[in-house]
Amino acid sequence: MENKREKIIEIKNLTREFEDGVVAVDDISFYVRKGEFVTFLGPSGCGKTTTLRMIAGFDKPSKGQILLNGQDISALPPNKRPINTVFQRYALFPHLNVYENIAFGLKLKRVKVTYEDASGKQFVKKEKLSKKVIAAKVEKALKMVDLEGFEKRSVSTLSGGQQQRVAIARAIVNEPEILLLDEPLGALDLKMRKDMQLELKEMHKKLGITFIYVTHDQEEALTMSDTIVVMKDGVIQQIGTPTDIYNEPKNSFVADFIGESNIFSGTIVGNRKVRFINTTFDCVDDFEKNEKVDVVVRPEDVVLKDEGEGQVDGKIISSIFKGVHYEMVMKVGKSEIVIQDTIERKVGEKVSLVIQPNDIHIMEKEFTENKYDGYITKRNTVCFGDGEFDCDVTQLYPGSFLDEEGYLITTEGDKIDLTDVDVNVEVGLKDIEISDDENAGGAIGNIVSMIYKGDHYQLIVRTDENEEDFVFDTEDTWNENDRVSVVIAKDKIKLSLKQEIKR
Amino acid sequence: MKNEKVISQKDFRPEVNMKKRSLRFSRSSLCLPYGLFLALFVVLPLVLIVFYSFTDQNGSISFDNFIRFFSSATTLTTVIISILLALATTVICIILAYPVAYILARSNLNKGGTLLMLFIMPMWINFVLRAMAMKDLLTLIGVFGFNNYVNVVIGMVYDYLPFMVLPIYTVLIKMDKSYMEASMDLGASPLRTFTKVTFPLSMPGIASGITMVFMPTMTCYVISDTFGNGLITIVGKLIDEQFTTFQNWNLGSAMAMVLLVIMLVSMWVTGGFKSEDARGTNL
Repeated sequence: MENKREKIIEIKNLTREFEDGVVAVDDISFYVRKGEFVTFLGPSGCGKTTTLRMIAGFDKPSKGQILLNGQDISALPPNKRPINTVFQRYALFPHLNVYENIAFGLKLKRVKVTYEDASGKQFVKKEKLSKKVIAAKVEKALKMVDLEGFEKRSVSTLSGGQQQRVAIARAIVNEPEILLLDEPLGALDLKMRKDMQLELKEMHKKLGITFIYVTHDQEEALTMSDTIVVMKDGVIQQIGTPTDIYNEPKNSFVADFIGESNIFSGTIVGNRKVRFINTTFDCVDDFEKNEKVDVVVRPEDVVLKDEGEGQVDGKIISSIFKGVHYEMVMKVGKSEIVIQDTIERKVGEKVSLVIQPNDIHIMEKEFTENKYDGYITKRNTVCFGDGEFDCDVTQLYPGSFLDEEGYLITTEGDKIDLTDVDVNVEVGLKDIEISDDENAGGAIGNIVSMIYKGDHYQLIVRTDENEEDFVFDTEDTWNENDRVSVVIAKDKIKLSLKQEIKR
Repeated sequence: MKNEKVISQKDFRPEVNMKKRSLRFSRSSLCLPYGLFLALFVVLPLVLIVFYSFTDQNGSISFDNFIRFFSSATTLTTVIISILLALATTVICIILAYPVAYILARSNLNKGGTLLMLFIMPMWINFVLRAMAMKDLLTLIGVFGFNNYVNVVIGMVYDYLPFMVLPIYTVLIKMDKSYMEASMDLGASPLRTFTKVTFPLSMPGIASGITMVFMPTMTCYVISDTFGNGLITIVGKLIDEQFTTFQNWNLGSAMAMVLLVIMLVSMWVTGGFKSEDARGTNL
């Protein structure tokens, strides 16, 4: 039934580029059905408020269309749109009292009234609403937001919650087709916010108006909306119902933003088999073999067992009581997994975990760079991917150089010993070469995959010890299972510090 | 360990602490210099003015000064002329300053504040010099000399315009844009948004502009002397004459007292005007 309702608003390829070149909204398209409660969700700066402001008419799109009931309204000024807004900081007129604030829109309204003149001809006149009608409507709106008797109060004497209610009443009294709400509960305390969430939801049901809501609070979005639009960097990441978005996040950003998640990078190792945290798990998603993927596991979906009884063993390294459950962190090899369980496991206890195939969410990963955890050796080389490579350590501190003893001298003249410093290592797909000569490169492994990509092959070399993968593009042909060594030019290894070095 | 030491000191040698405390300045003693300043330069002169205005030249108490003031047609006319000139100046200043402030605050013309600076800068040039220069300029372009009253108003508007522009500009630039957006959102056209929201909300700026223009224009006789060709006398001039030419400090003080009352009344009027509009009963 719901899907058959007509689209009230449709956004087509909407882009907003500010004068300083910042693209706040980047070519987004979506639609909202009549009577729906839609929420834009995303971190600050993701473009959600800019999108809302364009729908309201305060911001002009650089490109694209906003269709209201099929008609492009992007050129209309805000006062010509049948849309009302509840502002982030309410924007109640301080020079007017509660009644005058709510009646503001009604006093400007003109309605068409049909009359008959003496000869029986009908004619239409635009008229103001009568004082009586306005008073009745204001009274109704005040009742709706539970503020009867507040008509004469000055808005500056109201509490935050009451101002919020007046702002809502001021908008809904005009009976708009769409009500826009820009983080309306942001300034309220937690308890008040929870109450208002339910009240807004109730109001939405009663009024039947389409609500478009903007928030950065994922819980608020999950509680209130029919549909959630998750945004990041001006781009829509996912559109779906709260359950869809929670259970089937499309990418690791959505998974991370909605609820708590463990996110690992994994590799598909067989038919519905994925390998992460050094263990192969069964999963339900179909992906190409050897594809690099993001694996998302919700903390509540990990089941703890005694040591040796689960899929992989590990050790509890922290445990915090959170009211209903314990939040524990388990260390498996180098990885950490957050687990929520009602049964406490003590810190240091050896345990084992089980994850059901259904609870392993696999997402495509745009693979553009090999990333490794590494450390600097005494000889100022870097160890990563089960190998040791020559590198340029001076890139860690711009303008620095090495002295004869191998210490790094920074521009400020500090002398730094880089031995055993942890670093992030990045190597591009085009910067890796392989050689038959096992002594030529820094690491040794077998070619486990070779995929033809039109004009080149994408190869994966996997090391023996820790199963580290080197992914790269090459135009040469090799054979699977060839044993090769990995060669990376000194200047192609990009290093960054994991944390500031204490001097 | 360190903490324990401190505690034991406190316990066994309380007199040391007492001494230390008495050496410290309390907050009220820090106010003393300011209090002295106020007493010396604000309260004392006021008391002296009140004293002089209610005594005659022999030092005995009398109301003669006030009686003389209110029974003299010349002085009363001067007061009325002063008020009318100040009123005209203030009204013209508002009419000229509001659009200027609005454009400066809203358009891109004032990027970096250069344009605002041009409007404000005359305030930093010596005021007598400015008045003389303006007079010469007006004579040169032939606007000057039709009517002495008009001339004085022109001079006063010229001199006091920045004092009206600045407070209105400040209010407009600080005004939360979401008020205007809310008004448009609720269906008001840009013009209605201005009359129903922007203008009422900028009332405090206008009010402070009025207090900065109306009151000084009543006393500032440099301009009326320069632009009125010496034929126009305002209250300020009258008082000055009593103190300098006639050496009658008592009458001069009485005049100053009357002026003070007029000022307080006009302040009360603008203040009332402000709060009246803040409630917006006119909507």
